[in-house]
Amino acid sequence: MSSEFTKLIELIISASLINNFVFTRFLGLCIFFGVSKKMETAVGMSITFTAVMMVSAALSWVVFNWLLVPLEITFLEIIVFIGIIAGLVQLSDTIMRKVSPGLYYKLGIYLALISTNCIILAVPLISAGEKYSFIQSLAFGLGSGLGFALALIIMASIREKLELADVPAPFKGLPMAFVITGLIALAFTGFSGLITL
Amino acid sequence: MSNQSSINLKDLFLNGIVKENTIFKLALSLCPSIAVTNNLKNGVFMGVAVLFVQVMVNLTISLMRNIIHPKVRLPIFMLVISGWVTVTQLMMAAFVPDVYSKVGLYIALIVAFASILARAEMFASKNSIIPSAVDGLGMGVGFLFALSVISFFRELVGKGSLWGHAIINTKPLLIMILPAGGFFAVGILMALFNWINARYAAKAAHASH
Repeated sequence: MSSEFTKLIELIISASLINNFVFTRFLGLCIFFGVSKKMETAVGMSITFTAVMMVSAALSWVVFNWLLVPLEITFLEIIVFIGIIAGLVQLSDTIMRKVSPGLYYKLGIYLALISTNCIILAVPLISAGEKYSFIQSLAFGLGSGLGFALALIIMASIREKLELADVPAPFKGLPMAFVITGLIALAFTGFSGLITL
Repeated sequence: MSNQSSINLKDLFLNGIVKENTIFKLALSLCPSIAVTNNLKNGVFMGVAVLFVQVMVNLTISLMRNIIHPKVRLPIFMLVISGWVTVTQLMMAAFVPDVYSKVGLYIALIVAFASILARAEMFASKNSIIPSAVDGLGMGVGFLFALSVISFFRELVGKGSLWGHAIINTKPLLIMILPAGGFFAVGILMALFNWINARYAAKAAHASH
């Protein structure tokens, strides 16, 4: 039991630090560069993301293992997963609007952005590929969400300072953000070998 | 509209390559631009996959544009896109398994490309078949071009080879094929693209005076 538990902790650390989605798997870059300009939006996005990621990991696991595998139609995984995510986003949008308008007012805009995001789709795809158990998929979703949140918050704090920096004209804006991300990615390679799964 | 279509087609094609280049100008669909570009072969195959999906999606949406109810258009677009992505994924797994084993995940994630959905929504759902196909071709070639340039640069500097063949004998700059190098490469190339565009615009403005 306890070894099972350490394995889960390892999975979370591995998904958030060693195989960080942004810095070593290069996923979610559009959102990463899009919303990392301000700390406030970065935090809002991180919260929404982690929540949706865990729920979609759980739902996709159930559908994949109880429906697609028995029917031998696993090649349809892309279509099914994107359907689940789109439906989930729409559902949480509606529920949030009814149950908690204040929260909806704050985070609703990020929800709309999520359905066309590759990270959310990558989590169930990788979980299915690695044949994770239900709890492992949840842990993987949580770890990935935390890793993305970490990346967004680091980047947002740097970019807020960058506004005042004197950058050469062709590098202004995105190119500079890319170079900075490269430097952070370099730092994150230091985490490889932290634990061996 | 119809009498100027022959001129428009060329502009339309170039639009996707230069003015609205997905990666360098719009900064959309960035994930594969770094993930698969550490060698030229993977970069080119990824670009071709996107080109194929973009053209086929535009064609399909354009054919169906009169029968899709506007209220359900987004789910239908997603369905069409994921259908074509599945086709591409299965074809690549069958014909180029060595490439597929490395870029497989990113092929599947073409579904989530904002650029493909955007072209379907903004262009193909409003225009007839031929302009839609040309638009898809332009966007796809622009994407292929961007990926090829990035992966050409990274493989040459990072490994000293092209398409797996050794070219330069000196010790290569290993960092360029590492994850971090991908960000550097895209950042530098994007700046270069901006610089060329700015010079071109300045020259055009100068010539018109």
